[in-house]
Amino acid sequence: MGASTASIKKQRFTSTLLVNGVMIVICVLWLIPTLGVFITSFRQSDQIFRSGWWTIFPHREWVEVAELKIDPAVDVDGPITVEGVTTTFDELRQGIQLPDGRQLTWHGNKRTRTVKVFEQQWKIFDTSLTLENYQNVLTGKEIRFKDAAGHEILRQGNNLGDAFMNSVAVTVPSTIIPILIAAFAAYGFAWLDFPGRKVFFIVVVALLVVPLQLALVPILQDYMRLQLNGTYLAMWLAHTGFGLPLAIYLLFNYIGGLPRDLLESAFIDGASHFTIFTRLILPLSVPALASFAIFQFLWVWNDYLVALVFLGDANRVVTSALAAMVGEKGQDWHLLTSGAFISMLLPLTVFFALQRYFVRGLLAGSVKG
Amino acid sequence: MQAADDLQSDGGGGVLGWLGGTIGRILVSLFVPIVTFVVLWQGFIFLRDTTAAKPVIVVVAIVWGVGGVALLFAVSNWLIENMPLVWRRRLLPFVFVGPGLALLGWFLALPTVRTLVLSLMDETSSQFVGLSNYLFAFTDRVMLESFRNNLQWMVFGTAFCVGMGLLIAVLSDRTRYETVYKVIIFMPMAISFVGAGVIWKFMYAYRGEGFGVTEIGLLNAVVVALGGTSQAWLLHPPWNNYFLIVIMVWLQTGFAMVIFSSAIKGVPGDLLEAARVDGANEVQVFFKITIPYIQGTLITVTTTIVIFSLKLFDIVRVMTGGNNGTNVIANEFYIQRFTYGHAGRASAIAILLLLAVIPVMIYNLRQFSERRTF
Repeated sequence: MGASTASIKKQRFTSTLLVNGVMIVICVLWLIPTLGVFITSFRQSDQIFRSGWWTIFPHREWVEVAELKIDPAVDVDGPITVEGVTTTFDELRQGIQLPDGRQLTWHGNKRTRTVKVFEQQWKIFDTSLTLENYQNVLTGKEIRFKDAAGHEILRQGNNLGDAFMNSVAVTVPSTIIPILIAAFAAYGFAWLDFPGRKVFFIVVVALLVVPLQLALVPILQDYMRLQLNGTYLAMWLAHTGFGLPLAIYLLFNYIGGLPRDLLESAFIDGASHFTIFTRLILPLSVPALASFAIFQFLWVWNDYLVALVFLGDANRVVTSALAAMVGEKGQDWHLLTSGAFISMLLPLTVFFALQRYFVRGLLAGSVKG
Repeated sequence: MQAADDLQSDGGGGVLGWLGGTIGRILVSLFVPIVTFVVLWQGFIFLRDTTAAKPVIVVVAIVWGVGGVALLFAVSNWLIENMPLVWRRRLLPFVFVGPGLALLGWFLALPTVRTLVLSLMDETSSQFVGLSNYLFAFTDRVMLESFRNNLQWMVFGTAFCVGMGLLIAVLSDRTRYETVYKVIIFMPMAISFVGAGVIWKFMYAYRGEGFGVTEIGLLNAVVVALGGTSQAWLLHPPWNNYFLIVIMVWLQTGFAMVIFSSAIKGVPGDLLEAARVDGANEVQVFFKITIPYIQGTLITVTTTIVIFSLKLFDIVRVMTGGNNGTNVIANEFYIQRFTYGHAGRASAIAILLLLAVIPVMIYNLRQFSERRTF
């Protein structure tokens, strides 16, 4: 009996180890892309091209330790003896390995008579990290940096600072306004009686299937006529319109499920619908409101298509500013990576701060059309 | 429910008093909306013409936008409450549902009809051309390529998202560090597609051959370290499509995982225990009990990701712009409308997108109403 428990224990131990091992491998794979961008965003522009970002981790690198001059008496076309090894020029050009692990490489052409000695050394930490990339990408003023070849480049900054604030100005109202309108509508559908109530509600749910691409062309026509293109208001209205079916549907499910007695007793106390809604229903609906708010916030913050169509180049938000950078400056990795991180800053903060609501919000958002 | 309202309505005084009261009421009723309108209009003008510092504009815009909507609700409710009871009862529901319905009409219901009409018109929307835009959509070389690519996204993208999500959900369920693993896998969901585009462009970066060139993209560095030659991963069809699909898997697996994870936790423990006592091994338990038990969730997640892959736009737009054989329907819609300026063709493509999404979406909604997230 004892032996069999031991073997079961051992079996369980190996299986736990195996499962954790697989999970760790998957998690590392999942983290690596983001980690690479994160590290690169702190490296100097010319260094990014000289070595991969992974070189900031401890690794062994070939470092030049000495320079040997070949005695002028030696014929470089014949056999050459250096450091106790006899070899030829061609071999030295390719680089040869010494028995002690060092490497010899001929420097330049035959006439230099120079051999460089390399040794593998541990490099614990790449010390040349900088915050300059972030400064450069946030500003709209002229910036200087070194490109791959080491040349100094002078360029207009990307003004991601402004784009970030535009994103805030677009996202906050685009999150709150649809919630407010949807909560009113959900209350109306749930607790008020009016002709066509059922038909209207079915229409609202049916509109969940409409992909927003469908609305872009006609709405753009309207906006051009009203001269709304490029304004915050245009974005708020569009995101509110596109977000409403889901918001009304979710909040109706929640508000319609609140106990009826609660509302009736408030009525007997003489409260109006408006008072009941603002004083009673809204506070009670906070979990549902929060879940939708987080989904809508992320949706709007990360949206690219709607911003591209309705904002264009005026009041650029971070996603379109970043996408423009990818197009214009595809090789300026120091700016792209720091820009990418600035665009992720807020959603990632929200994600880590409000994880539980976050997951629920995304679950609810899974039916968005 | 309306008893309270009845009690509130006043019996009324003399005719003169009634007249004076009514005129006063009407005046006030006109005055308040006008003031509201002027205030909101001033805010609009300020935001349009201002040259103030950006943070100031942002704060004013947020206050104006959010406050404006709240104010409109408050004022229209106040107006209704000052009306005679009959009108109050009749109009109050529309204070609540009216703004929502109006916006839905403007932004979704009408556009559907208008896009349908536009899809039957020529590029400047001036002449009726019948079904020729749809004919284009089904015969054009680029469109056919897009259909093929969307199909690949749908099949491979969905399969890998669901497969990986399920695997991770099952495995992490058996460990003590479940939360840590899940947070890591889920994190990309918070990242925009554009941000993910930058991240993966850097993974796939290619510097070409030449003396002393170090590959700085991880994928090429690994390939070189293993003795291969570096590649421009995003240039060669059909493989570039799969490199793009990897990005979708990276982004969406977390979504599948979280939902599967909560479904798996709902499988009754004694059911699993009974199967194990009967001698079923873990693989059998998984396929014979867990899978059938979470079947509904499995289908919901699959359909959600299918819809996602049908409407996919940002990844392709940022990574390749749809070049080199990577175009997809939503990107072709964008190109037709905003590069070629052909409203008719773009509208036809949008209608096709709607038709493709409808059946999946209806199915999803039915599932959702049974599930009830909140």
